[in-house]
Amino acid sequence: MKLKYRKRALRYNLITYGMVIFFYVLWEIMMNTGNMSSLMKGMLVSLCYYSMLAVSLNLVVGISGELSLGHAGFMCIGAFTGAIFAMTIGAALPGWLELLIAIILGALVSAAFGFLIGIPVLRLRGDYLAIVTLAFGEIIKNVINVVYFGIDSRGPHISFKDSLSLGLEPDGVTIIKGAQGISRLPRNATFTLGIILLLISLFIVLNLINSRHGRAIMAIRDNRIAAESIGISASKYKMLAFVIASSIAGVAGVLYSHNLSTLQSTSANFGYNQSIMILVFVVLGGIGNIRNSVIAATILTILPEKLRFLDDYRMLIYAVVLIAMMLFNSAPSAIEFRARMAAKFARRKNSAEVDDER
Amino acid sequence: MSSFISFLINGISLGSVYAIIALGYTMVYGIAKMLNFAHGDVIMVGGYVVFLATSILGLPAWAAILMAVVVCTLLGITIERIAYKPLRGASSLSVLITAIGVSYFLQNAALILFGADTKSFNSVVNLPSLKLMDGAITISDETLVTIVVCILVMVLLTAFINKTKTGQAMLAVSADRGAATLMGINVNKTIAVTFAIGSGLAAIAGVLLCSSYPVLSSTTGSMPGIKAFTAAVFGGIGSIPGAMIGGLLLGIIENLSKAYISSQLSDPIVFGILIIVLLFKPSGLMGKQIQEKV
Repeated sequence: MKLKYRKRALRYNLITYGMVIFFYVLWEIMMNTGNMSSLMKGMLVSLCYYSMLAVSLNLVVGISGELSLGHAGFMCIGAFTGAIFAMTIGAALPGWLELLIAIILGALVSAAFGFLIGIPVLRLRGDYLAIVTLAFGEIIKNVINVVYFGIDSRGPHISFKDSLSLGLEPDGVTIIKGAQGISRLPRNATFTLGIILLLISLFIVLNLINSRHGRAIMAIRDNRIAAESIGISASKYKMLAFVIASSIAGVAGVLYSHNLSTLQSTSANFGYNQSIMILVFVVLGGIGNIRNSVIAATILTILPEKLRFLDDYRMLIYAVVLIAMMLFNSAPSAIEFRARMAAKFARRKNSAEVDDER
Repeated sequence: MSSFISFLINGISLGSVYAIIALGYTMVYGIAKMLNFAHGDVIMVGGYVVFLATSILGLPAWAAILMAVVVCTLLGITIERIAYKPLRGASSLSVLITAIGVSYFLQNAALILFGADTKSFNSVVNLPSLKLMDGAITISDETLVTIVVCILVMVLLTAFINKTKTGQAMLAVSADRGAATLMGINVNKTIAVTFAIGSGLAAIAGVLLCSSYPVLSSTTGSMPGIKAFTAAVFGGIGSIPGAMIGGLLLGIIENLSKAYISSQLSDPIVFGILIIVLLFKPSGLMGKQIQEKV
């Protein structure tokens, strides 16, 4: 029984990695033979970070069972950590080393924030937890908009008013200019790097799920009281899932910031709308199904771009598709209808087999 | 001192709008156990209906407001019927995502119908403004009307819920849906009525909001919607007096921090206070603490 379970999990994981690698190779070939539109080329890195965000949010929502509406906030922390590093110490380093350290830093800082935010958040339940994560996401996004940060020969300076009050020496540079954000970023993220990071994230999440810790997390999700009564510490394991998820989101943010030349904190990229967008990937892909999160993130990122010829109607159609898919997937009557159709189909097949035997 | 009082009164006015929106959120949550993310966009629809009715059809203000309430009520019932009713019994997350889909739909439909440029909204309230303390404090007519309407809504709604049969049915459904069905209450109809009332209130909130802050675009309703949702949670989601108090407090805190601390930091302050309150009262100010059973 145990062996069978392990085998099934291993097969699921291998198919997931295989799928990612297959599309990587396919798109690399298409890109190198000139069979890819420039629109698609520009989207490749974003597919990677959206997939990472969806995978990490699925760890919180699907595996740990907590509805988080502030996931973009962790992405924001990672993005700004990575960008500040790239503009200060990282500017003197070779590109690959700068990226590597930025990614590690982004992961660590987001994990630290995940831990700090997790302490109050994970004490709450259900919709209260959802609104508090939303609140944290909005706080992070808005506070970054009033931060001015500069560096000169005397060291770093920070202000919440304007760039003049930083009091920089003549040799100083202002790095974060409040709402204008960080400009002239290196832009050195590649599709290959994105895929490597996505594979690492998948490896971490999938192995966590199939480990002793992962089973503990799912036990708490299914019945917290029963899990606690057999000695599983609910707060510890929930925190574990939350911190890992925020750390992956931070890395996705580093990737995001290295894919842009100007990084600003707006409601479009780090606001609750973005968090909800990631949640849509997770729910449409299937809650708790990591592979489908990647698929849903990819399709739903490409779809609005492919629908661009429809102009203004594109988001309207997206909304209709979203509602229709939710109704088809989750409405009790639709599920019943599908079950009936499947039973009908199976019966027909069975009777055909009986006919053959005769 | 006089500036403090005028900031406070403006805060109460903004808070009254939040409270009216939060009532819709909290009633729907209490009865259908769902977060209706599209509620904020119904506010926007209400604003556009009044805008069209006054500027194109040339209707008087009262007729325009009536029209907005009717349109939004019908819209609320339609949304419930098409998008939410089939999902009754499904997981709350799928209902939430569907509500987000409805919200995108309304925003983008408005974008196509009315264009991306913001419309300037003419206030529907045209009374002289009130001057207090020898003219040291000026209270605009919109502010006064907003506060009065809010009190009126609160009184009428409380009376409706406590005195009418439909109101009692709403309480029963929110307490225990299964038992309410057994008592012969038509749950589907009750939920539809709740959506109708919530959306009608959203229309009123939309008119008041656009009269005080006269810019109208397809995303007008989304931020007030989120704030009102915060207010509903702040007061204890599902509780009607809680929504009222939560909305008022939120409006006051927001306006005072805008005036005395920083206009850019007012949102973080509001959300920060929400977090602190929820830490000490995990189910909001007026929320019921439900004991978990094994």
